[in-house]
Amino acid sequence: MATRPTTQFGTERTGICIMSIASEMRGILPTANLQRLLDALSAKGYRIIGPTAHDGSVVWETVRSVSDLPIGWRDQQEPGRYRLEQTASQEVFGVVHGPQSLKPFVFAPREPLLQIERTKDGFAPRQMIPQLEKVAVIGARACDLAGLTVQDRIFLNDAYRDPYYAARREGLFVIAVNCVRALSTCFCASMETGPRAKTGFDLALTEVDDRLLIEAGSEAGFDLLSDLSLSPAPQKLLDEAATRVDACGHSQVRRLERSRLPQALYDAHEHPRWDDVAGCCLACTNCTMVCPTCFCHAAEETPDLDHQQTAHVRLWDSCFTQEHGYIHGKNIRPTIKDRYRMWLTHKLASWIDQFGMSGCVGCGRCITWCPVGIDLTEELSALLVPASRSSVTSQQVEGP
Amino acid sequence: MGDRLVHHGEATKKAARPRLAVFKFASCDGCQLSILNLEEDLLALGQALDIAYFPEASSDMKPGPYDIGLVEGSITTAEDAHRILSIRRQTKVLITIGACATAGGIQALRNWADVEAFKQVVYPSPEYIQSLSTSTPISEHVQVDFELWGCPIDKGQLLRVITDLIAGIQPRLPADSVCLECKRRGNVCVLVAKGMPCLGPVTRIGCGAICPGMGRDCYGCFGPSEGARKGPGLPPNTASLAKHFHGGLQLIPIEIMRRFRGINGYGSSFLAESNAWEKKT
Repeated sequence: MATRPTTQFGTERTGICIMSIASEMRGILPTANLQRLLDALSAKGYRIIGPTAHDGSVVWETVRSVSDLPIGWRDQQEPGRYRLEQTASQEVFGVVHGPQSLKPFVFAPREPLLQIERTKDGFAPRQMIPQLEKVAVIGARACDLAGLTVQDRIFLNDAYRDPYYAARREGLFVIAVNCVRALSTCFCASMETGPRAKTGFDLALTEVDDRLLIEAGSEAGFDLLSDLSLSPAPQKLLDEAATRVDACGHSQVRRLERSRLPQALYDAHEHPRWDDVAGCCLACTNCTMVCPTCFCHAAEETPDLDHQQTAHVRLWDSCFTQEHGYIHGKNIRPTIKDRYRMWLTHKLASWIDQFGMSGCVGCGRCITWCPVGIDLTEELSALLVPASRSSVTSQQVEGP
Repeated sequence: MGDRLVHHGEATKKAARPRLAVFKFASCDGCQLSILNLEEDLLALGQALDIAYFPEASSDMKPGPYDIGLVEGSITTAEDAHRILSIRRQTKVLITIGACATAGGIQALRNWADVEAFKQVVYPSPEYIQSLSTSTPISEHVQVDFELWGCPIDKGQLLRVITDLIAGIQPRLPADSVCLECKRRGNVCVLVAKGMPCLGPVTRIGCGAICPGMGRDCYGCFGPSEGARKGPGLPPNTASLAKHFHGGLQLIPIEIMRRFRGINGYGSSFLAESNAWEKKT
């Protein structure tokens, strides 16, 4: 959302007045006229970013025209497998998501924090706050918005407000798309984060055949909607859109059993299932990289050869790396088992104690983009069954 | 690296620059060329260091001792096995550069074969060829201080290591998987989206994820991620990845064996994995 977050969580709407004029918060745009929306965003000075088909998936790229979007494509996702398929339809938002959430826009994968120069008496650091850029992202999903809410909670927390994140966040205008098709890996319904975008967006679209229902979720979104002067949405279309989004939620085949969290996972600390999953896990970090909420980072120096200057750079890190578990003189998580247990327990349990919310939003990316297809919903279910050595399953790698 | 090679501040002006030597063993010279490819940084390198011995670049070869010795290539002859001992004695910090020096290189494929048979097939007068039956990494012969992986090495990584050594700090050589860098760069995973047998998940970071960035599968030229001879961690879970290549991507055992028996085939955990699949072929 482009509106500056006003609360600790950064998700509350600032424009209370717009709630009272609900009918004007929505409109209908024929999909064939979607370019009007893009043009209106450009006119307001936004760089528009949307999903584009690339290398067998979709990645976020700058888009100028509707034809840059993956029209007619759909994604099929399952554990460890992602495929794009072309359909005969003219659907613009048929691809649910690619490996990237909204995370890279606000928490950059690699960014200089300080530029440090050597001086006569020591050194002089200069903070490298990113310049404010107005970026409109079209095509974010409800799970992505939920992920952004979690990241806001971490990076915009009053006492530890991250100025780099905040600068990127301020310029972000989010156009969400409500999901009308669930992937086999989706479980947002069980996390109560989707498939409908509830909060944290500027505009939300629902694609119903050849029409787009557009709703405003912020003052900035409302302004843009007003500029478009759309025809009002008939009740029948509103009902149809709601039915399709609800059906999407009901069609989800995966769910995360969270009623007994966080305690049940703490109780499972010595469960034999951790050994089984460790036999499969590559500790390759992919699950944490694609996770919309994982926020671990490392910092490194990049000095010049003459040692007169250096950039202090922050880059994405992961609890699956060897170095992440290293404290002075000792590695506290030497094995893959230690690392997987740390990740899952933090994500699904201790995150709740730490931040008052789950670290999982149900997007299913960690399932799809795990090279060997480890499914955290399946792991959790197994871990919630009382331990017995006979529970060893085919997950275990027997070796060649 | 506790002691500094050179001190900063006023004292540096008078202090001698650290002396660099670059040695070659059985190799293609590509890693040495990576040094020459530093381009504008090469001038800075020449100012920061006294490039005392680098036959690939200059015929002015000064005798040791040297502060930093970069060793390219593997040990494949009795003469070389002797020469590396002498180099070690003359060199304060010995760094292997590249897959040959660090893991034996592609020529270590001979370790599974009959070298005498190769000689008979390739050379008209095989009696002139004096070669060991194996190609082995430098660390099997002398103590190595740091290992730079890659075929070739990443010139940026080499520059960072030298920069750190000059400053007197421990060079940081991450042992994470290529996937970490691949995702930081926003690449789409070629294993998941295209079903390619990418070795990225078990391969060491440092190349910048070049191959997946170009839509190709990583073939492990930076060697096993963690748990190499030098460096921390436990060996990567090659068994699980190999099992997925077989069951998920339908590779047959000999294809899996060849996947791991490549440029770094003689590198600890890749060696064990290829041997395990050889038994199934």
